[in-house]
Amino acid sequence: MLQAVPAPPLLDVKDLTVQIDTRRGPLLAIDHISFHIARGEILGIVGESGAGKSLTGAAIINLLTPPIRRIQGEISLQGARIDGLSIQAMRELRGKKIGMIFQDPLTSLDPLATIAQQLIETLRAHLPLSPSAARARAIGLLREVGIPAPEQRIDAYPHAFSGGMRQRVVIALALAAEPELIIADEPTTALDVSVQAQIIELLKALCAQRGASIMLITHDMGVIAETADRVAVMYAGRIVEIGPVAQIIQSPRHPYTQGLMGAIPSLGADRTRLTQISGAMPRLTALPEGCAFAPRCTKAMALCQTQRPSLTPHEQGAAACFLLEGATV
Amino acid sequence: MLAFSIRRMIEAWVVMLIVALLAFVLFRYVGNPVDQMAGQYTSLADRELMHKQLGLDDPILVQIARFLWNALHLDFGISYHFREPVSQLLMKRGPATLELSFAASLFAIAVGIPLGVFTGIYKDSLWSKFFLGVSLIGVSLPTFLIGVLLIFAFSVELHWLPSYGRGDTVALGLWQTGFLTASGLRALILPSITLGLFQLTLIARLVRSEMLEVLRTDFIRFARARGLSERAINFNHALKNTLIPVITITGLQIGSIIAFAVITETVFQWPGMGLLFITAVQSADIPVMAAYLILVSLMFVTINFIVDVLYAFVDPRIRLHAMSAT
Repeated sequence: MLQAVPAPPLLDVKDLTVQIDTRRGPLLAIDHISFHIARGEILGIVGESGAGKSLTGAAIINLLTPPIRRIQGEISLQGARIDGLSIQAMRELRGKKIGMIFQDPLTSLDPLATIAQQLIETLRAHLPLSPSAARARAIGLLREVGIPAPEQRIDAYPHAFSGGMRQRVVIALALAAEPELIIADEPTTALDVSVQAQIIELLKALCAQRGASIMLITHDMGVIAETADRVAVMYAGRIVEIGPVAQIIQSPRHPYTQGLMGAIPSLGADRTRLTQISGAMPRLTALPEGCAFAPRCTKAMALCQTQRPSLTPHEQGAAACFLLEGATV
Repeated sequence: MLAFSIRRMIEAWVVMLIVALLAFVLFRYVGNPVDQMAGQYTSLADRELMHKQLGLDDPILVQIARFLWNALHLDFGISYHFREPVSQLLMKRGPATLELSFAASLFAIAVGIPLGVFTGIYKDSLWSKFFLGVSLIGVSLPTFLIGVLLIFAFSVELHWLPSYGRGDTVALGLWQTGFLTASGLRALILPSITLGLFQLTLIARLVRSEMLEVLRTDFIRFARARGLSERAINFNHALKNTLIPVITITGLQIGSIIAFAVITETVFQWPGMGLLFITAVQSADIPVMAAYLILVSLMFVTINFIVDVLYAFVDPRIRLHAMSAT
């Protein structure tokens, strides 16, 4: 798979660090992560629950709420810094430049407002449209996301839609003002398996039409394999491996990624036991001094207990493991 | 929607029937009506006659039917104390209480909801903490104390507002209103603040906690992510979603404002139903008490009914549920 030319990247994140202030002192939820997303590219972000995937998404459009806050990092969109924007400027950017889709379509829509009201207010918040023009546009959007008979359905309330249909509405809302980047935070986790593939296909097709990039946050490696161009694997607030999806799937370098790949069931392959990674991700309150994965790693060395590996380039990707730096046991 | 309303209406009538039966029991069996009306020197023969005339010899079911029939025609008999038909007394006193309650509710809602929204949105600001502190006083101080303090400050010391009575009233048909005269409006201020203060703080605190709850929900986050303005988020989405519990509580509170205006009316010598009720209790004026009981329940039942219908207006899910359930 050819990698999109990364210059200039649509989104460039450098050294993003997010901290949670607690009574017992600050916790590092995201620890100096850097990545970029090219125009039209789909970057998958995978990791276990609590690895910091969702916080990364929220940090980009500054939706973190106290006690969680970004303490460091540069975020640039099309070369212009967007961290440190005023509240007003950030509001204008949300939805207009960066759209966001949340995990649960059942709770993402205001239950007391019709689909029309929610679409029209979103359209008019960003585009100079008259109410009737916005309504026409809203119907068009619903048709695009595959809502049947949108002229009638648009005046329904969210409870009249099924989960899959609601997620389509959510996608329509996120795409309403034609953003250049969609941050999709587990967009299919709450849906029926049968609907998941449809929703992902839809999202992918609509973004491809518009030339929009997607940051796809999920813990479903299957979705990543089918959808993403590149993938970043997160573990305990850090990116442990990043690279083109084919490379990550076929020859993962980081022991954690290797463990993840071994844990994917497949129908065709010989039915041996799935490998599993023993132990659990460390709590943020008890991060080890060295590599956060070392306690669970089968290849851990003495070095791993005391020092943290940084991302080391490898082929077209990079992995944060001392094995790649040529260290030996 | 219509079927929903009708069903609720039937339920309301059942409640009223039960209350009316209670009122009947109160009227018939708490003391002997003849003893209440007859003087010390009434002869036994006269007593017998009264007993007959009041229909107390009739079978109990006939008495109940007669009582209900009369109540339906707003005929609650004659007050022992005032020697006047009870319905006439209530007609005279009702407007005073209703106007006072209306002003108090308006004050509570018009100040309470914005205060709740403000303290919900800016939960950490100093003003919010100040309001919450003050509202604690509103919740915990008894009504009569607030009334007396207000009288002391604004009537006794500052001479700004009258300390008792309704001021001048104007007759609109049967309705004596104080809304149309300057002195009537001035007289309304202190009692309605006194009566509405508790409700105000209750509404403000309720709206605040509901706002805090709703502002944490996913759809508010999604609304933010869509780039909506804070105003649209707070008022179009958040406030609207807090309204169901607020309507319930506010509705029931309006009921209790009317029913429990007794204390405020006593403090301010407000010539309303509450004052009438207190007098009735002091003089064991059973017909007045029975009528008051029925009237207050009618008020609660009506308000509950309105609240139920309002729900359906605010929340489409209840509309749907109600329609499919009938």
